[in-house]
Amino acid sequence: MKSLKELEEIKQRTLDSVNLRKDRTGGTRIVVGMATCGIAAGARPVLLAFLEEVKKRNLGDVTVSQTGCIGVCRLEPMVEVYRPGEEKVTYVKMTPEKVKRIVAEHIVNGQIVTEYTIGAAE
Amino acid sequence: MEFFRSHVLICGGTGCHSSGSADVMETFKTELEKHNLEKEIKLVQTGCFGLCAVGPVVIVYPEGAFYSRITADDVPRIVTEHLLKGRIVTDLLYHDSIHEDEVIKSLNEVEFYKKQKRIALRNCGVIDPENIDEYIAFDGYKALGKVLLEMTPEETIEIIKASGLRGRGGAGFPTGLKWEFTAKAESDKKYVCCNADEGDPGAFMDRSILEGDPHSVLEAMTIAGYAVGADQGYIYVRAEYPIAVKRLTIAIGQAREAGLLGKNIFGTDFSFDIELRLGAGAFVCGEETALMASIEGYRGEPRPRPPFPAVKGVFGKPTLLNNVETYANIPQIILNGPEWFQTIGTEKSKGTKVFALGGKINNTGLVEVPMGTTLREIIYEVGGGIPNGKKFKAAQTGGPSGGCIPVEHLDTPIDYDSLAKVGSMMGSGGLIVMDEDNCMVDIARFFLDFTVDESCGKCPPCRIGTKRMLEILDRIVEGKGEEGDIEKLEELGKTIKSASLCGLGQTAPNPVLSTLQYFRDEYEAHIRDKRCPAGVCQKLLQIIIQADLCKGCGLCVKVCPVDAISGERRSPHTIDQSKCIKCGACLEKCPFKAIVKG
Repeated sequence: MKSLKELEEIKQRTLDSVNLRKDRTGGTRIVVGMATCGIAAGARPVLLAFLEEVKKRNLGDVTVSQTGCIGVCRLEPMVEVYRPGEEKVTYVKMTPEKVKRIVAEHIVNGQIVTEYTIGAAE
Repeated sequence: MEFFRSHVLICGGTGCHSSGSADVMETFKTELEKHNLEKEIKLVQTGCFGLCAVGPVVIVYPEGAFYSRITADDVPRIVTEHLLKGRIVTDLLYHDSIHEDEVIKSLNEVEFYKKQKRIALRNCGVIDPENIDEYIAFDGYKALGKVLLEMTPEETIEIIKASGLRGRGGAGFPTGLKWEFTAKAESDKKYVCCNADEGDPGAFMDRSILEGDPHSVLEAMTIAGYAVGADQGYIYVRAEYPIAVKRLTIAIGQAREAGLLGKNIFGTDFSFDIELRLGAGAFVCGEETALMASIEGYRGEPRPRPPFPAVKGVFGKPTLLNNVETYANIPQIILNGPEWFQTIGTEKSKGTKVFALGGKINNTGLVEVPMGTTLREIIYEVGGGIPNGKKFKAAQTGGPSGGCIPVEHLDTPIDYDSLAKVGSMMGSGGLIVMDEDNCMVDIARFFLDFTVDESCGKCPPCRIGTKRMLEILDRIVEGKGEEGDIEKLEELGKTIKSASLCGLGQTAPNPVLSTLQYFRDEYEAHIRDKRCPAGVCQKLLQIIIQADLCKGCGLCVKVCPVDAISGERRSPHTIDQSKCIKCGACLEKCPFKAIVKG
C-alpha cells in the first residue's frame, strides 16, 4: 500500500458489491414477476438482462429483485419499477431488448417508456 | 466485477457454527448451483450477528430478510421461494423482524438491535472477515493512512487521550495514558501486544470481534505501533478459539500482501508486523505480566508491578498491551474524532461496551450498548427478558472477578464506576442472568471452584486462601455448614483481596463477598436451616409428596429409578428419603402437582 488513493480505489471497487447490505430507504427498485406464469413467458432472460445492464452502467443505488405472480398472467413477463417519490410503473410483455431501453431512459434518465407500460397495452 | 442482485449473509461465528451454519452454507452452495443462480446471488460468510440464541442466522439482502434457526433442510425452500421467485419465506423469519402486515422491519427497528450502538462490532455480521477488500470498503485502514500520512505520533496519542477511551479488558485504565507512558519510555525496541486471552466462563466478546472483524484489530495495533514507536506486535490468543485463529492468520496474510503490514507502510518509513502467539488456555495468562511471560515462552506466572509493561514488558522492553475490544474502537475514534466519541456514554465512561449475554435470558448473544444503559434495559429490552416468566434474581458481571447485582440495583447505569459502587465490576463483559431457580451459594461456589482451578499457585493467599474458602462453601452446600462460617469467609476474602500478587487473586473472592452482601439470607438458610431456598443444592433437597393433593395414581412409583416411592393405590404415597436420589423425575410426572421440592 503506497497511498490513500490506492486505498480509495479498492474501496470504490468493492463498495458497489457491499452497498446492497446497507439498510436502504432510497434508491430504485426493479421487481421482476417470477411466478410460474412469468418464468414460462421468459422472465429469467429479462431478469438477467437487467442485472447485465445495471452492472454495465455501474448503478450503485439500484436493486433488482423478483416477486411472485403480479396477477395479469397474459401480459407476462411483467416488471415493476419503483423510484423514490414516484408512482410505481408497470411494464408488460418484457423482452431483453426492451430492458436496455428501460434502463437507459427510465432508470437512468427518469423518462418513463410509455409504450411498454401496462397502460399502453390495455 | 460481478454484479450480484442479492447477497446471502450466513453467520460464521462460533455460536452459529456449532449450531450448524457450515452445513447451511454448503447446502446453499449446491442449491444455488442447481438453479443456476450462483452468478446472481452472492454467498457471504460473516462474523457474529449477535443473536446467537436463534442461530444459525441468515440475512438476505436487499430485502434484509432475517431468517433464524435455519437448518440445511430449510435451505431448498429459501432458494426456490425467496431467491428464485422472490417470495419471502415468512415462517422462517425471526419472529420480531416483521411488522404485523408482514412488511420486513429494518434491523434498527428490531427490539434486540434498537438500543444497541455498534462501534466495536460495526463490521461483525456485515462484512466477510476473510476478505480485506470488504473491510476497506467500510473505511478500513483509512484511519491508519490518516495517522501515518497526516499526523505525528504525539497527535495520535492526544486524540486517544481526548476521546476518554478506557481499557475494555475490565480494569478501565485510560487508554491514552497507557499509550503515552509507552511512547515516553526510552528504548531501542518496543512492542505492541493484544490481549485476546478471553477466559471468563460465559464471555465471548473478544472472540466475536476477532472472528467477525479481524482487520480492525490489526489496523489499531499498527496505529498504536506508530504512536508508541514499536515495530513488532503480538496477538496473544487462546488456541481454544480455532475460528478466530484461522481468520486472524488469513487477515495477517492479506494485510502483508497489501502492504498494510510490513516495511514502509503507505510509503512512509514506518514498518510494523504482527505475529500470533497461541495460549494454552490458562486463565491467569489474561493477567498482563503472566501473558507477557507466556509470550516469551516461560510459564504463565504473574510478577509484581511496578515495573509496569510500559516500562519493562515483553523481553524486558517497553510494551503496550490493550484488549481486543479496546483496539476495535481505535480506528473509529481516529476517523470520527474524539468529540464524536465523547458524545457517547456517561461522564467518566465514554463510548460503548460489548456484553456477552448468557444464562436465564431469551436473547442469548452478543450486544453492544452505550455506557450508561441500565441493566434493566439490557436484560428486558435488548435481552428480551427472562424465559418462562420467571423472576429476576441477580445479574453476574465480570465473571470470576466480578459480583452479583441484585434486583434493587437493576436500574444501575452500566459504567466502570457505578458497577464498582454496587460491589461488582465491568470486567471484560460477561453478563450472566440468574432467576429464582438459581442458588446464589451454588453460583459463588461455581466461580470459586473455577479460580481455585486456575490459580497459578505462585502466591499463598490465592493458592491456599481460595482453596480454604472453597472447602467452607463445599461444606455449606452439603448441609454441614456451621455458625461462624460466614464470618470466616468474609475474613478470608478480605485477606486474599489485599494480599494476592495479581488481579486473579485480588478479585477471586468477589463472587463470594458480593453474594454475601446481597444474599446473606440464602447462606444463613443453608447453614442454620439446612435448606436451599432455590432447591438447587442436591444434598439439602427433599422431595416430598403432599398428602392432601396425592390421588395415589402410582405414576410416580413407575417413574422412580430407585424405587423410593411406595403407597397403596388410591391413597397418598410417600418417599423414602434415604433412598431418594433427588432426580426430580416424579416431580415432572405427577399430574396433580402433588410432589414438591422442600
